Amino acid sequence: MDKTFLSEDILLKVDKPARYIGNEINMCIKDPAEVDIRIAFCFPDVYEIGMSNIGMQIIYGMFNAREDTYCERVFSPWFDLDAIMRERHIPLFTLETQTPVRELDMLAFTMGYEMCYTNILQVLDLSGIPMYASDRTDSDPIVFGGGTCAYNPEPIADFFDFLYIGEAETRYDMVLDLFRKHKGDRKTFLREVSHIEGIYVPSLYEPAYNEDGTLRAFTPKYEDVPARVKRQTVIDMDSVRFIDRPVVPFIKVTQDRVVLEIMRGCIRGCRFCQAGMIYRPQREHSAEYLKKYAVKMLEITGADEISLSSLSSSDYSGIKELLDFLIEYTSKKKVNISLPSLRIDAFSLDVMNKVQDVKKSSLTFAAEAGTQRLRDVINKGITEEDIMSGSLEAFKGGWNKVKMYFMLGLPTETDEDRNGIGELCERIAENYYTIPREERNGKVQIQASSSFFVPKPFTPFQWAGMKTAAEYTEMAHQVKDHIREQLNQKCIRYAWHDPEVSVLEGVFARGDRRLSELIVTAYRNGCMYDAWSDSFRADLWKKSFEECGISPDFYNRERETDELLPWDFIDIGVSREFLEREWNNARLGRVTPNCRQQCAGCGARSFEGGVCFEDKN
Amino acid sequence: MKIRIKFSKRGNIRFIGHLDMMRYFQKCMRRADIPIRYSDGFSPHQIMSFAAPLGLGTESDAEYMDIEITEDIDRAEAVKRLNDVMCDGVKVLDWKVMPDNSKTAMSQMESADYLVICGDVELAPLQKDEIPVTKENKKTGESKTVDIKPMIYEIHKVPEGVFMHIAQGSSANLKPSAVMELLGTGYDRIIRKEIYDSNGLTL
Repeated sequence: MDKTFLSEDILLKVDKPARYIGNEINMCIKDPAEVDIRIAFCFPDVYEIGMSNIGMQIIYGMFNAREDTYCERVFSPWFDLDAIMRERHIPLFTLETQTPVRELDMLAFTMGYEMCYTNILQVLDLSGIPMYASDRTDSDPIVFGGGTCAYNPEPIADFFDFLYIGEAETRYDMVLDLFRKHKGDRKTFLREVSHIEGIYVPSLYEPAYNEDGTLRAFTPKYEDVPARVKRQTVIDMDSVRFIDRPVVPFIKVTQDRVVLEIMRGCIRGCRFCQAGMIYRPQREHSAEYLKKYAVKMLEITGADEISLSSLSSSDYSGIKELLDFLIEYTSKKKVNISLPSLRIDAFSLDVMNKVQDVKKSSLTFAAEAGTQRLRDVINKGITEEDIMSGSLEAFKGGWNKVKMYFMLGLPTETDEDRNGIGELCERIAENYYTIPREERNGKVQIQASSSFFVPKPFTPFQWAGMKTAAEYTEMAHQVKDHIREQLNQKCIRYAWHDPEVSVLEGVFARGDRRLSELIVTAYRNGCMYDAWSDSFRADLWKKSFEECGISPDFYNRERETDELLPWDFIDIGVSREFLEREWNNARLGRVTPNCRQQCAGCGARSFEGGVCFEDKN
Repeated sequence: MKIRIKFSKRGNIRFIGHLDMMRYFQKCMRRADIPIRYSDGFSPHQIMSFAAPLGLGTESDAEYMDIEITEDIDRAEAVKRLNDVMCDGVKVLDWKVMPDNSKTAMSQMESADYLVICGDVELAPLQKDEIPVTKENKKTGESKTVDIKPMIYEIHKVPEGVFMHIAQGSSANLKPSAVMELLGTGYDRIIRKEIYDSNGLTL
């Protein structure tokens, strides 16, 4: 195709014009005149980030597998193009056919993190589509969304005609069939689509608030609209379709490699982790499926690297078989393997030894907390013994770089826990120097970093409180000061995440519908790309909060377990009783075994598959 | 075994820069299952080099790339396999076995032909014995005056615009856009038509 929506002078003026021209290998080409449904599918961030998202590739392939549907991609234009488009009134367009988004039937968003919310408005605004769903007419595209953020959709509910709660593979065919039937009749379609399990149509529900601002009731406006929306889950993982034609970007994207999704869900039950709860039960692909898939994906893309994707790859029951196969195949084909989220032990060290340059690579421990007491509170099943024996083994094998991830501001956290971070790092350093000098590979380098804990919906910590940005900064300084007091402090580097971003993330994570005004105000004030530290504008957000009369403290306070939460109308299959039980266990410092050790009765068994039924068939 | 590949780059692909084209071809080699040679070491990379980077926005009918392969492969078969995995706008035109002692395309290159698509243009500003152009070195800040007249081997009008044969290489290098700037004329598109060595033969 030799057509670009943007003129030559613009394309040669902006950074990385490849972001806007499409035409990549495996891009889906169809004749728009021959389909009934045209969907613009958007990841509301820059191209390189969006194209690295495996969910986007899955859904792109799934929609385009329908003969009656043509799904095209759209991303947030970067600041340079954004400014030109506003100045010259150029509408946002799709990559495939270079058509204005507004001319399509539907606009879908996938949302992986809360900090993308202003970019959703950027895309709607540049497309010329009203931001508020209530302002749209039959001539506007239907705007829908899904992804992790849809599990508490309330802060963005006003911008969406409908949201899809759960994994895309199960219900989208029904949704699109229904859309084709009612195309052009927004009202009828939305009412009908609300009857499909997993679909949430915000305009059909009414929140009511107590005087103190908490939620009093959240009810459907009509009798035929379900009061609870049930999360969608794939049970037989091998039944989902291959991403058989992954689009291969020209420019280097964040994930410039084949990403092999080996399983969904996690058996661990860390109490801060949303993914660990909302994707229960843990469900695996068979090793056979993955071997076939890995080879096929590498052949189609020509990628020089493959990465395993899951929440905790070591827990995949076929990990040894899969890795043995991949190591042999990739060494023949000169392909690299990258192994995030592998637990450090003898097995993984052996694997890493085979696939990585030990001198360059580093070990990663997500200890999350500095003391065993706090690790028990958060149910992080990693012990000091694991870290010490794993790192010693690695040091003997030639490694000398260690990355340590921590969270600050966890429930029940004390000075002792924060000091524990430096002390743990010190013990790792001392561990290194127990091996004879001639076996060491220079100095040990420990890179500790902390983020600030953000309570997420549908976790046992969904009731926990957050602190202010100033308090977080103080905590980080305490950690830093204590690290500096350690004997081996010169080997330890420490960095922390921007606390202002965490506070805002907390507001959105547990926010309600009244936040849509805040997001619009912030966007109007110039906020965009909030996930990028260079463009995050704490000052503009502060101003926007004030203009809307909204306080972050209201949203970040600790909540009572009898409070009605904005996301309670969603049924994720894991029960509120279980979460509450775990919240209590946390405060008592009681550990809950993982799913393979002992069933904790979370409720996910009701999906009738996955780890809950392992060895029971 | 040394191989020289000739390909064209037309249409939207002109917005893909040089480094991205290299990454693109590395993936193509894998997709087409070309037995390309890799460097030694822990992270092996493909032995691949291009004659000359093409500026962003410029098209070409004659790009040259050198690779090495580990086993012989039939010319027609190789061209077909590569073209089966090309994106719109890139076409492999030739696959040539080079002598083992041959120099790289990059070091052989001495001049190139360009077609500049533009409106009517006056070539008079170039009908001089000397055309001094002052260039500033971005790093050092020093400026240097060079006579570019000897770098323009040939230039004449054609129905589409202007055709030029100019110096391109390590000893002398002139950009077609610089010539157009001198003429004070805007243009729609620049297309590289051919690249030559010091004997005036195509690479």
